[in-house]
This record gives sequence, structure tokens and C-alpha cells, in this order.
Amino acid sequence: MTLSKIWVFAEAVDGKVTPTTLELLTKARELGDTVEAVYAGGDADAIAGTLGEYGAAKVLATGDLGDALPGVPVAGALADAAGAQAPNAILFPTTYVGRDVAGRLSVKLDRTVITNNVDVAVEGSSLVTTEPVFGGSTNVKTTFSGEGPFLVLVRPKSFAPEASGGGAAAVETIAVPDAGKSGGAKIVNRHVEERSGPSLDEAAVVVAGGRGLGEAEKYEMIERLAKDLKGAPGASRAIVDAGWVPYSYQVGQTGKVVKPDVYIAAGISGATQHMVGMKGSKNIIAINKDAEAPIFGISDLGIVGDVHKVLPALLEALEKR
Amino acid sequence: MNVVVCVKQIPDPADPGALDPTTKTLKRDGKLILDESDSYGVEMALQLVTAAGGGEVTLVSMAPNGEVGGLRTALAMGAAQAILVSDEALAGSDALGTAKVLAKAIERVEAADLVLTATESSDGYTGTVPEQIAALLDLPSVTFAKQIEIDAGTVKVQRQTDNGYDDVECPLPAVVSVTAGVVEPRYPSFKGIMAAKSKPVDTLTVADLGLDAASIGWAGAGQEIVAIEEAPAREAGEIIEDDGTGFEKIVAYLENLKVI
Repeated sequence: MTLSKIWVFAEAVDGKVTPTTLELLTKARELGDTVEAVYAGGDADAIAGTLGEYGAAKVLATGDLGDALPGVPVAGALADAAGAQAPNAILFPTTYVGRDVAGRLSVKLDRTVITNNVDVAVEGSSLVTTEPVFGGSTNVKTTFSGEGPFLVLVRPKSFAPEASGGGAAAVETIAVPDAGKSGGAKIVNRHVEERSGPSLDEAAVVVAGGRGLGEAEKYEMIERLAKDLKGAPGASRAIVDAGWVPYSYQVGQTGKVVKPDVYIAAGISGATQHMVGMKGSKNIIAINKDAEAPIFGISDLGIVGDVHKVLPALLEALEKR
Repeated sequence: MNVVVCVKQIPDPADPGALDPTTKTLKRDGKLILDESDSYGVEMALQLVTAAGGGEVTLVSMAPNGEVGGLRTALAMGAAQAILVSDEALAGSDALGTAKVLAKAIERVEAADLVLTATESSDGYTGTVPEQIAALLDLPSVTFAKQIEIDAGTVKVQRQTDNGYDDVECPLPAVVSVTAGVVEPRYPSFKGIMAAKSKPVDTLTVADLGLDAASIGWAGAGQEIVAIEEAPAREAGEIIEDDGTGFEKIVAYLENLKVI
């Protein structure tokens, strides 16, 4: 069973299509006879090749949005285009722009949007989505009860991307209607926090620190261990909120979803919020002084001990080698 | 400056959550508390009102059984009053239904300059409600604010991005969702707790809001839960009490995986 037309909300960073976009296009080919990408930006020509290679027959692009925060203008453009072209479903990545656009669009179309999904399947003329709850111990399956377009927000790394070998997607420009006063938010400046080493999304080893480190200065041990293992340092939401490390380090529901070969959690108890971002790691090593910490429930190797003793000894042993 | 803050009252996250086997939705029959995520918006609102030299903070919430426990916490922090929408017809509302109710409640607050929300609740965490409210109110919005200042009818926000942050400016009135960490929420003082007992909480029904009951709750939800399944559990491996040699276990484990 397939639906006739699926749209995928495509994103690109520095002119390169994001991995999550490729994941969604791959899944969309399974769900629909026709797959099309929708794109907010002026450089659709540059990414049409990649989008086509992963199955998009065409890409509907808004053109350059100038300094507007994308949510409002893009939802306006998609609402009009969806009215004219009738996609059965639109898959969005769980990203800042994806969530903004899906939320706005759900009001414009008066359709529900189902969020935090890790799987999507066709059932009859509707879709069934899968959302993990309670830290991933339980899956809730939900179907759309009304008419399409079905709006679905999908978590990153839910599917493995596979190219279909298609030719470049045809670029079609869609109009951006005037948003009136609701379109008042403007980006006046962008700040990029530089990181060195492999990116958190792609590193084979991730070393993450949490509240158990006690103080911001101790995070240096996490960075050192990550460097020793040629990995990327990460963090729990608690220490990001406390301002110890930038947000770009955060692993979890509201941060990055990571699936490295090895994940080392130091001083992290394992809140639901964190677990959903890392429980797909191949090997999990946890160090925490609380034997009851939930993180031990999903660890392959758990050390019940003081991070202030275990980490320095570990660093010394690795750096002597 | 008048600020509206959307607050959710949720089951205590310290208690294990449970789904109702018949309705397949999160059980909310126990005592509800203020969602910690919302305490940041409340604190931010109080600080903005203080900085503006006048105005007040109004809370808006939707909860079953006339529940006010979480509202009292936010009132004790310093909010002036609350609007609570409580109605059996609300059970089963999806994110869009929730936004419709909250938007109608917000419309009742006179001369609101700013609506603050968390980025997502701690129990449902859809993360779409703030933007849906803004769309229903036809207001501009900025999500994921990690810093907010008001400057002559404009809200200036540092908005989180994947690799840093953007400076975003937006004319008031507007909806802004704030991340945890934007400010440090205050603890209610004894005086605040006592004062909160007598602060006004306007409890409304769906009919009071002029909403059609068919557009919200189970009736209006565009989704239906069809199954709840146990996810394949990840087996816990070896858990060792550190006796000073715990680090060696980690080294051996990493060697075994050929990481080192």
C-alpha cells in the first residue's frame, strides 16, 4: 500500500543537503508513489541533484527569504502550494525550522501534526506513526483520523538513507504570500560557535558529561577524554542550561540525536530527555556514583563510582599508552 | 508591560508516568505540579515587567478537574492572576486543540504585549503548541529564545540554532518560547505563597471561551492512538562497583572494541 504523493521538507547547511533530509526522502519512497521535496531558500538548484538522487521528482522552492525567520513565510507558501497540489502527507525533520513550519502550517490547514516520530507506515488511506515515550521503553502508534495532508515530524536518525539513483529534481518556484503582521520576526545577525574535532552527529565516539561533574571547570576532563579517543564531547541538558557548555553540545530530545559506536556517559543519571538522544548507540559506558541511576539500565558497561576518581585515572592510563 | 505566560500542570515527573489502558493517553488523575519548563517563562515575565517599571503577569493554563496546584506555585513566584480552562470536553485534545483553547484564553487578557511559553512541555513535548498559538492569534513569533530584552515595542531575542544563535528582532505583541536556562527561576517566598492563596484564578469552560466542543478534545483531535507497545528493551550489561580499578575495565572494553 502506498499513498500517491509525499512531500519531504528538505534542509541544507552551507549548500549541502542535511543527513535527516536524505533519511526522510528514503522513507518517503516507501510511503508514496511520488516523492517531492519542498525547500525554503534560494539555492535549490545547487541541491536539486542530491534531492533527485534520493528520490525527489521535483523540488518546490520558496526562493531566498531574506532576513525573515522562516516559520511564517514558509508555512504560508506551503499552505498555498498544498492546496493546489494536494500532497497526501508532508514529512518534516525535528529541527528548529521544521517544528516552526509544521506548527504554523497545522493551523493554516487546520490539520493535526504528530511529533517525535521514529517510524511512519501506510495503513489504508492514512499513515500510522510511532513515537517512543517514557524514555523509549514504550512505543505509541497513532493514526490520522481526518483528511490529509498528514503532517508528521520525524526525529533525526530514524531511518538509514539510501540513494535511489534518480536524476536531478526539477526546480519549481512557489510563491511566498505576504504574512502581514505575523511575519514580523527578522534575523539581524547570526553567531556560529566554532567547535574543533569530529561533529557530534558523525563521531564514532561520543563522551558526554552531566551534572555529576559538579562544576563547569571539570568539563575539561570530558573534552580531554573525547580528544584522546578521537571523539566528540557532548553534554546533558542540565549542564547546557547551567551555561557550562554551548547548546551545540547537547545530546537528547531537544539537542542532537547521536548513534556512535561508543557512548561514554560521565555523571549523567539518564533522564528520559537524554536517553532518547543516545540509546541507539552501539556500546554505552556509564560512570555514575548512584547505582540506581536509570542510565545503568541501558549500559553495556556501568561503573558505579565517583567520576572525579574514575575519569582522572582513565585519562592517565590512556595518555600513558 | 503586560505579559501572558502559558503554564502546564503535569503529573510529577519524579513519579513514573503511566498510560490509561482505555483512553491510551497519559494519566493525569493524581496531583499535578507546575511543569518546571514553564518556571523559566514565569521568571522571565516577572523580570520583564520589573524592567518595564509596571504591568503584570497573567498565567494561562488548561487542566482537568479544576486543578490549580501548579498555578499556585507560579502565582507564589509573583504572577498577578490566572485563567484556567477546565472542562471534561478537553480530554483527548491534541496539540492543535490545546493551542485553540489557549489562544482563546489569551485573547481574554487585555492589552497583552507579549506571550511567553516554554519550548515544549515535559510530559507531551510536542514542541508545536507555541507556534500554533501564534498562528491562531495571527502574531509574529520567535521560538527557542535563550535571551530576551524589550526595546521600545520590539522584542530582541537570542534564538538558539544548531551551531550557535541568531539575533532576532520582532515587533510586539508577539509570542516567544523560552528555553530552560534563559533565567534562574526564583523560589516562592513564604510571603509569596501566602499571597498566592488569594490571587484570582478565573476558571472557564469551553463554552465560556465560545469554542465549539466538536473542535477540541477527542471529538476534534485529528489523530487516534491505535496501539501501545513495549519497545525492545536494551539489556543492561555488566555493572561494577568501582574499587579504584574501574578505569581498567573501561580501558579493556575500549581495547576490545579496537577504539584504542
